[in-house]
Amino acid sequence: MNPLAEVIADMPDDATRGTLSDPAGWLDAHGDSLYRFALQRVRDPATAEDLVQETLLAAWHAKSKFAGKSAERTWLIAILKNKLIDHLRRSRREAPLPDADIADEVVDSMFAEHNGHWVRTPAAWSRPDDALEQAEFWKIFQACLEALPARHAQAFNLSEIDGLTTDELCKVLEAQPSNVWVMLHRARLRLRECLELRWFGLASENR
Amino acid sequence: MLSCKEVSLLLSRSRDQRLTWRERLGVRLHLLYCEGCRRLEKQLRFLHAAVRRFVASAGPAADARLSEDARRRIRDALPRD
Repeated sequence: MNPLAEVIADMPDDATRGTLSDPAGWLDAHGDSLYRFALQRVRDPATAEDLVQETLLAAWHAKSKFAGKSAERTWLIAILKNKLIDHLRRSRREAPLPDADIADEVVDSMFAEHNGHWVRTPAAWSRPDDALEQAEFWKIFQACLEALPARHAQAFNLSEIDGLTTDELCKVLEAQPSNVWVMLHRARLRLRECLELRWFGLASENR
Repeated sequence: MLSCKEVSLLLSRSRDQRLTWRERLGVRLHLLYCEGCRRLEKQLRFLHAAVRRFVASAGPAADARLSEDARRRIRDALPRD
């Protein structure tokens, strides 16, 4: 389930019904939910507060378009999501991350040049669910995430955590779909390999 | 026939977008005889679950609320009906 769907599923029934109220009413009824949704994605309270404000203003301007078919909070979250994408795109312009290299040697070296087969076949990971319960695993997981090239990591987080679609990723990263998919592929394969080298490959020796 | 490199890219892409039937067929055929790519498919699912859990535990508290100050500031900026 994507995060947006989770937020909606978490809503109590009375929040999913009801008529369109005024902006102050939205703030009372949904302010905290919108704030949490934003805070989980921008990490900065002041920015998250600004996004809530922008969302409520935009909703007020667009309220004639609210069909009343979707729940009020669902509608507000959808607006917030667009505001978030705009925000991420703006901050990327202000502090651009280095462009993904055309070639990624780390990933290219995982496959044989002549036939594209794995150079080292991915190992069978023993009891991966057990790893999730171990503090030591999470240290390695974090180290592996931090080892990703910045732009790959950003694409990976936006896709896996925030559930952005390819179209939305293209907007935020200002890249073509094929480039977005290549970045995600590289991020996932690098992360996979890092975990295998630093955790799962050692499983038989350590545990 | 698709190579492991191509299949790994398609498996990754399938997490973000539905593949065409032709792509899905190519991937399924490859997976029939390629253990490495079958493992990759599982591991990609694991990565998704793991990173979601990582953020949920390390991220801001699930009970974060707008402060009274922020609430007042936002209310003042909103139009009145």
